[in-house]
Amino acid sequence: MKEKPVKGERRVFMTGNEVCAWAALAADADIMFGYPITPQTDIMQYWTRLAPKYGKKFLQTEDEISAGFTTLGAVIAGKRAFSATTGPGNVLFQEPMSMAEMMRIPVVLIIPMRGGPSTATVIYSQQEVTMTAFGGNGEGFRVVYSTAGHQDLYDYTIKAFNTAWKYRFPTFVLSDGYQGKMRESLTIYDPAERGIEMVKAEPMLGLPGIPGVDRPTRHLRNTYNTEEELYEVVMQIARDFEKAAPEIVEWQDFDTDSEMDVLILAHGVVSRAAQGALPLLKNEGIKAGHFRPITLRPMPEEQMRAAAARANRVVVVESAYGQFLKLVKETLYGMDKPIDAILRPGVGITAEEIVAEIKERR
Amino acid sequence: MAKETIALTPAMPKCWNPDSKPHKFCPGCGHGLTLKMLGQAIDELGIQDKVIFGCDIGCSLLSWDFFNVDSVQTHHGRTTPVITGIKRARPELIGIAYMGDGGGYAIGAQHLVNAATRNEKITAILINNTNYGMTGGQMAPTTLPGQITETTPFGRDPEDSGYPTMGPEMVAAIAREGAYVARGSMANLRQLKRFLKKALENQMEGNGFSFVEVLSSCPTNWRTNAEATWRFVEKDMAEHFPVGEFKVPGKKEEK
Amino acid sequence: MAVRIVLAGEGGQGVQVIANILAEAAYAEGKEAVYIPNFGVEQRGGVSIAFVQIDDKRIDSPKFPKADIVVALSNRAVDRTRQYVDERTTFVYDDSLVAAAEIHEDVIGIQAVEADPRSQRQTEAVDDSKQRKTVRLPESAGTIIPLSANDIAKKELHPRVFNVMILGAVLKATGVVSVEQVKAALEARLGGKFAKNPELRDLNYRALERGMGLVEHVGVN
Repeated sequence: MKEKPVKGERRVFMTGNEVCAWAALAADADIMFGYPITPQTDIMQYWTRLAPKYGKKFLQTEDEISAGFTTLGAVIAGKRAFSATTGPGNVLFQEPMSMAEMMRIPVVLIIPMRGGPSTATVIYSQQEVTMTAFGGNGEGFRVVYSTAGHQDLYDYTIKAFNTAWKYRFPTFVLSDGYQGKMRESLTIYDPAERGIEMVKAEPMLGLPGIPGVDRPTRHLRNTYNTEEELYEVVMQIARDFEKAAPEIVEWQDFDTDSEMDVLILAHGVVSRAAQGALPLLKNEGIKAGHFRPITLRPMPEEQMRAAAARANRVVVVESAYGQFLKLVKETLYGMDKPIDAILRPGVGITAEEIVAEIKERR
Repeated sequence: MAKETIALTPAMPKCWNPDSKPHKFCPGCGHGLTLKMLGQAIDELGIQDKVIFGCDIGCSLLSWDFFNVDSVQTHHGRTTPVITGIKRARPELIGIAYMGDGGGYAIGAQHLVNAATRNEKITAILINNTNYGMTGGQMAPTTLPGQITETTPFGRDPEDSGYPTMGPEMVAAIAREGAYVARGSMANLRQLKRFLKKALENQMEGNGFSFVEVLSSCPTNWRTNAEATWRFVEKDMAEHFPVGEFKVPGKKEEK
Repeated sequence: MAVRIVLAGEGGQGVQVIANILAEAAYAEGKEAVYIPNFGVEQRGGVSIAFVQIDDKRIDSPKFPKADIVVALSNRAVDRTRQYVDERTTFVYDDSLVAAAEIHEDVIGIQAVEADPRSQRQTEAVDDSKQRKTVRLPESAGTIIPLSANDIAKKELHPRVFNVMILGAVLKATGVVSVEQVKAALEARLGGKFAKNPELRDLNYRALERGMGLVEHVGVN
């Protein structure tokens, strides 16, 4: 029995990127591949320091394309493999992630979002939502968790491995530059002691026995000859995704049980500003609630619509120019509900700003 | 000579997948002969249960179900990193990355270069047929000076589009001790099989990166008859791309 | 409400270290703390800023518009931190690094300063005050406190403990964590060095206390 990196429960104070490395260790990930890019690099740096103590591996590749495809290779070989990237690196990752989507390769990717488009800033944003949820030449058959702090980063990085391996969709943990670099407290724990069983990593290739003799040969492909052949494959993935969606979706709501003047919709770290805005709005005599989807893909549609139904209007708040807003519009389609938006691409949002904007637009 | 070798060997290597035969390559294409030599090498080494075969995009993808060995077809240029990931995760497996000249020398050149630099313990096999076959005969990194392709309709002008990539020469220059690097040809199958076998053995011994480029034919896109096809492989290509071993761990190269 | 602190200075002045120690001390005291370093590409050769929030409950947004206390340790830091200052902010600056104010005849009512553009390592250089850039202090600040931590550290203690003095001043001004917890956080970081050389511990503790002596408790919120 190899030594467990995290035993029992421990209160710690660390950066979000360090949290991700610990979570991957706690989830018994076997190997990480990566390419340096700010503000992701610390995840690799913590992993390279921690991993060898527990017999885990690492490879720094020549670029993010290679990081993605080597990760896929390791997953195909039956190992719990992961990577981390952001911004322009996430762009390059879309190629391997589309292969993962098509071939049902359970890969985990952690993304501390930086500013965009292009090189932009290394600081912070929520501008990788569309790309992470729907990137590549695919249909968005992916699971995307959007975290709002260090406890989330720990919980959902561990969960991402299980979601990926259980449902066999590429699974993403969206963080951001703030969370990656900031220090705050959280509790780290051994998943087993909380009753979380890690889904077994099974090889897709390299099984025992002589292929074609002792067992059928595994031939994995992503190329098809006819439209109909492709259609069948894609529709099967679509059916699996739709079936899994109700089991995967997660959300949080705050003060949404009674009628509201305004429902604030925000995800990730911006949700914390929304939560902070609620008591301030109450002081101003505005009845506000907040709904936070934890999974952006699949979206907790029913739950968001139910919350929106109890509000006079909806305000979407995000550190991007309408990427989350698009998802909200799609989710609330057909509801007669005014949708307003506070859009701050690449900029952090505070509770005070949300309050001021809501007051001004009342 | 080449034709005799084929006639003398068994019809089908043991590790071939009979369900996918006859194979899908064009008549006269060099892929089939190369994969036959690779199949024989796998059989002779008794590693059918250990090989993971990865194929690229381009004509090489038609080999995705060619063998009864576990196989994965990847993206254009990305077979090298996929096989690298598999090998890093499970070093007991034997990883083969099978690709064309576009996959290895153009879109996936950074992966080939870095796998060679890191001395990844995998075997890369690259088919050089001087053009992009699957897309209909465009210029490849290996297209010869003056050669007419769909995107060099007046012949490749090296002033404009450079000289052919000398792959094994490059890999031999950057790979460290332990690497095995060779260029074989479909015109000498006995030698090609020897090179392929050594490239697999080198991985099995854990020495380092193994790379074999194979001079191969594409009569469909060259628009050549049998005679002109062989002449192009044996004469034109061989003049530009010397056949032989470029790096052998601890031994002298075969020229 | 959380106590919100901005610390800014030149690279090498150790603002990130003292921000970390503050946050660690608050965490150890059972409070919630969030610390973010600035990390633009300008971190190489730019102003180094640290943002700290401390509260009894979970902190919401890691970003905040205005700070309760802003500490600026160079004239560039004064400029960079102006946006975090409002009428409730206590603005602390080191007047041995940011030169004393001088009111220009034509700028009545605005407090202007001539600032030393050079880093502390170059403070022995010739006086070129005539060519210095003028840096305005943030006149909207509720309280402006000049310190001479850099000079005092050099004269009385050791230049290297300058940032510990600043830490002491912030501690006293905000009262956000106890001195004991800060000492424990210092011990956690430097314990190994302290064990080898107990004088170091004494020097750091004296710097902390000397820094605390430079300001009055101004209280926040």
